[in-house]
Amino acid sequence: MSPADTLRFATRAALGYPLRTALMVLAMSIGVAAVVMLTALGDGARRYVVEEFSALGANLLIVLPGRTETGGVNPGSFVSSTPRDLTNDDAAALLRLPLVQRVAPLTVGNSEISVGGRLREVMVLGTTADYLGIRGFGVAGGQFLPREDFGRATAVAVIGETIRAELFGNENAIGRMIRLGDRRLRVIGIMGPAGRGLGMNSDELVLVPVATAQAMFNTNALFRIMVETRGREALGPAQRQVEDLLRARRDGELDFTVITQDAVLGTFDRILGALTLGVAGIAAISLAVAGILVMNVMLVAVTQRTGEIGLLKALGASTGAIRLAFLAEAGLLSLAGAVAGFALGHAGAWGIRLAFPALPAWPPDWAVAAAVGTALTTGLLFGVMPARRAAALDPVQALMKR
Amino acid sequence: MAQIELDGINRIFQLGDSQVHALCDVSLRIEAGEYVSVMGPSGSGKSTLLNLLGLLDRPNSGHYRLEGRDVTTLSADEQAAVRSARIGFVFQSFHLVPRLTAAENIALPLMLAGMPAHERTRRVAQALKDFGLEARAHHRPEELSGGQRQRVAIARATIMRPAMLLADEPTGNLDRATGQEVTALLEDLNAAGMTLIVVTHDPVMGERARRRVLMEDGAIRQDLRRGPEPA
Ligand SMILES: Nc1ncnc2c1ncn2[C@@H]1O[C@H](COP(=O)(O)OP(=O)(O)O)[C@@H](O)[C@H]1O
Ligand SMILES: [Mg+2]
Repeated sequence: MSPADTLRFATRAALGYPLRTALMVLAMSIGVAAVVMLTALGDGARRYVVEEFSALGANLLIVLPGRTETGGVNPGSFVSSTPRDLTNDDAAALLRLPLVQRVAPLTVGNSEISVGGRLREVMVLGTTADYLGIRGFGVAGGQFLPREDFGRATAVAVIGETIRAELFGNENAIGRMIRLGDRRLRVIGIMGPAGRGLGMNSDELVLVPVATAQAMFNTNALFRIMVETRGREALGPAQRQVEDLLRARRDGELDFTVITQDAVLGTFDRILGALTLGVAGIAAISLAVAGILVMNVMLVAVTQRTGEIGLLKALGASTGAIRLAFLAEAGLLSLAGAVAGFALGHAGAWGIRLAFPALPAWPPDWAVAAAVGTALTTGLLFGVMPARRAAALDPVQALMKR
Repeated sequence: MAQIELDGINRIFQLGDSQVHALCDVSLRIEAGEYVSVMGPSGSGKSTLLNLLGLLDRPNSGHYRLEGRDVTTLSADEQAAVRSARIGFVFQSFHLVPRLTAAENIALPLMLAGMPAHERTRRVAQALKDFGLEARAHHRPEELSGGQRQRVAIARATIMRPAMLLADEPTGNLDRATGQEVTALLEDLNAAGMTLIVVTHDPVMGERARRRVLMEDGAIRQDLRRGPEPA
């Protein structure tokens, strides 16, 4: 029997029992689709985080209050006392370090903005002039926050494009007064088109001088200090300088954390990579279940078609030809399932991307290859036993059964 | 040398702890081109004999020489090759593959033998014409009458031009008139030179054969010939 004839015969056999075939293809496709979709989700989350942090820039240190280990939990993290706040003075001191080029202290909070009758909730980011350069943002109109002492609470604001459109429409916004919380501020600039990162979208932000924000939220504490070093090579030494300086400023206590983009990215990359793999493993179990289903369906097929197998033998079919025909059938069913599952999985990933536009939920190539490969291998592997059983049937017994 | 030579064939079935002696020391010689009917009561071993002749079954002891070659010692796949090239089967229940059309059923032995598709089409078309099935070529078995089904089965059994045709109660599922048609068809094939061995319950059909073997309890009781031996 030629390979083409074997395939044709197996296809006809599979199509001869549409319900059985459809069910099996469905089971297999669900397994494959699960792998494709879940890995898309996991890898999408990984890529989302990576992109989010990549937007930060490569020679950036971030200082945050409190001691946190991104690489795991250390015993200290359970016994640490309430950490001391990071302050504008800390930020100003950091700026004097030789390896530090620019510093931007950050304070965030939510407030209400109103112009005329219009009112909306906004996120307020208190920072300084260098924030723009550190983040690589630009202004679309007017100017950014003035370069001044970190402690000066000037009554000015720079607003995001979305906020501008909602509050001012076609009117000119620059120079206009807004009310932000209990303060009246003058709009001096509009942020350039979308800069994203760290979960903030500059289109929807109101930026004010850090001291203004602190006064508004009635705090001295900073949420973060962003430190830009002089070049990428300076990152490591600068991190040590920053740590030494801050530790000296708080009586030798290390109650703050200095992280680099690389460290954060590496950690998230590891965690989410492991998650994706784990999820793929779980999904692969559904493929194994599908494989067992293939075996049972093929065993039923052998029983159903015992008479036919006897006939083929009487007509001169070798055991090898019969084995191959049934193996081809199992392989074809798996292949159909894999293809359907591939399509289904991509449709699902597309649905995820539609529902969560921020999430780049594309299944990684390795997962797609692994899912389809596993489906085919399982189908063929679990098809071997039924195929052997068919080939081993005694022709006389097989012919009598009908 | 006869085409078929059986010597001291025994076939014993194990049923639990009891043994059924389906064939007892059967010896038989059949020349090429003979027309043999095998008759006898139910359970006398007719089908067992036919299965042995068709290499679907192996004897517990004895020798079977087909065209001078001892075929009892062949491997399963070697026997399959002999079946493919030399032996055609016709069954009482037709044994057509339900999902395949008449033409596809007839083409099965050619496909199994590895004949290329275009050559198959030609051979099958000729067979459909020979057996008056042209109009039914693309019908599936369920759309055919009993007589048509058996004609498809006979076309399939002879498409490889085997040396012998083995038929186990080929008219058992057919009405009298259709049965006679099928018998005539088989006899035409025999007249063209094919050895024909028919197991039958129908005395009329059995009487038509030039040689009539009567079986009882797994042994040959009677072996009658009529007319001159074929050359
Ligand atoms: N596979 C089998 N297992 C056990 N006994 C069998 C088997 N095949 C046939 N027999 C027995 O062998 C005897 C002959 O059977 P068979 O050749 O089918 O008879 P016939 O075709 O003449 O009716 C019967 O007694 C039958 O029960
Ligand atoms: Mg019988």
